Amino acid sequence: MPAPLKIVVVEPDQARAQVITEALHESGWADVTVIADDSSLTRTLDDIDPDVVLIDLRNPRRDSLEALSETSGARQRPVAMFVDQSDPELSSAAVQAGVSAYVVGGLSGERIRPILETAIARFGIMSQMQSELDAAKQALAERKTIDRAKGLLIHAKGLTEEEAYQLLRKTAMDQGKRMIDVAQALVTASELLR
Amino acid sequence: MSGRRLHCGFVPLVDSAPLVIAHELGFAAKEGLELELLKQPSWSALRDLLVLGHLQAAHMLSPMPIAMTLGLGGVRAQVDALMVLSVNGNVIAASNDIVGRMRARGWTPDLTDAQSAADAFEAAADGPIRFGVPFPFSMHRELVEYWLKDRDIPYEISSVPPPMMSEALSTGEVDAFCVGEPWGSRAVDAEAGELILTGRSIWAFSPEKVLAARRDWISENTDQAGALMRAVYAAGRWLSDPSNREIATDILARREYLAMPADVVDRAMKGHLLAQARSLGIEVPGFVHFHAGAANFPWRSQAQWIGASLARRHGLAHDSVMETARDVFRSDLYREVMGDAGIDLPGASEKQEGALAHPTAVASTRGGLILQPDRFFDAAVFDLSLS
Repeated sequence: MPAPLKIVVVEPDQARAQVITEALHESGWADVTVIADDSSLTRTLDDIDPDVVLIDLRNPRRDSLEALSETSGARQRPVAMFVDQSDPELSSAAVQAGVSAYVVGGLSGERIRPILETAIARFGIMSQMQSELDAAKQALAERKTIDRAKGLLIHAKGLTEEEAYQLLRKTAMDQGKRMIDVAQALVTASELLR
Repeated sequence: MSGRRLHCGFVPLVDSAPLVIAHELGFAAKEGLELELLKQPSWSALRDLLVLGHLQAAHMLSPMPIAMTLGLGGVRAQVDALMVLSVNGNVIAASNDIVGRMRARGWTPDLTDAQSAADAFEAAADGPIRFGVPFPFSMHRELVEYWLKDRDIPYEISSVPPPMMSEALSTGEVDAFCVGEPWGSRAVDAEAGELILTGRSIWAFSPEKVLAARRDWISENTDQAGALMRAVYAAGRWLSDPSNREIATDILARREYLAMPADVVDRAMKGHLLAQARSLGIEVPGFVHFHAGAANFPWRSQAQWIGASLARRHGLAHDSVMETARDVFRSDLYREVMGDAGIDLPGASEKQEGALAHPTAVASTRGGLILQPDRFFDAAVFDLSLS
């Protein structure tokens, strides 16, 4: 039985951190520490001395972890990157899911792989949820703008709602633009003229 | 033509300008490229995406391709610098406490005299200094270490993402930092600290960012690489015309690029910096170059200056590092591409680094090349023929 691995998850969002921690626990890794405050990241990591560090690919603090690989000292540092050419598929999956990992050099691939797979699965689900949420928010914002533009046209030209919609649509098609861009231009122009 | 579509990564900094302008003003399109610029949250993310092939090219810190090719920092990948994107453009700032003590000793900020700034900094440091830089393999770090090498100042270097530099200085996570604009000016406006020097006061012509790509991609896509190089070169030349500055600043300030007020971006573009909040500006000629003095030429000697430093710091064999480093800066390819395009090229691919105190005419293919001053603050000259 190999020694248990010490895993650190760097994640300021408490809910996300919990999801990942639970997934790792369920898969049998008990020793998981979450670091939420990343301003003291390097010092905290020094104290914990983890075997694996998991961090969101989008987290700008990743660059602070890079320095760990060159801290000299008796202990082994997390050096190897997720970008491991020996396993490009796993690396690509990680990038898709939006997770990056730092592992201590010398740990064998078989020991790391299941942890990474668990992390990839969780991060993947979360980033998918996030992008769906973002898309929904954007769609809502766009609809509001189009409604405002329609309102302006109805008011200024005495059109019906359907006519206003068709006019926006036709203008967008004629100009090779998206409807939201035409609507936005109209709203902006009307604010300037007010 | 889908084969001409290029994904190019960048980090939001003033010196991403040549790529942004190549895209926005159609220099890339003119070369038949469909350039897609992808903003990256960190240098490590950008590096990973380049290695994995999600990006074909990238705005990169000049030491990064050399470090990657050497396998430093955990990733080994053959990455080349096709050309230099920008020269200079960094600032050094210190906390209000430190600057206060520097002033108390009679030092006045002029952003030029690195020697007297180091004297005052040494006297003002009352313990180990934590110095923030954006990345372990960066010109920022090289400049800081070079500046402090003969000083009795214990310091440690830590990596802080540029957008967090200002906060790191105000919370005391770092005592000083070296960063690219506009992030130094951001810290000044937030009154987190004051600028004490610019990068060019330490090394007057330091290669800051390069256009990087994987060596295997370059050899399989020589035409595309050449087209991208020509587009970026044209953008750099456009940027060097002062009458284009305001448009360039407005474009860079946009949400999809720096997402920052134009007046903050303008300070670097104009070379007119505020060292302290609400102070009068200080003129810094040559604060950043995108074109002048063969700024885009990837000098082998620049790569070797970086290589020599990496070899020392990481205990690597000097000679093999020097050989690797020189091959990473692709002056061979640059000559081929730019020579065909009729651009004036220097007669040699190596030079003494640090030898020029004044703009100097040098031998070139078309005879019109003037190099800019490239002195180190301690007047040292890096000369390969002597080593």
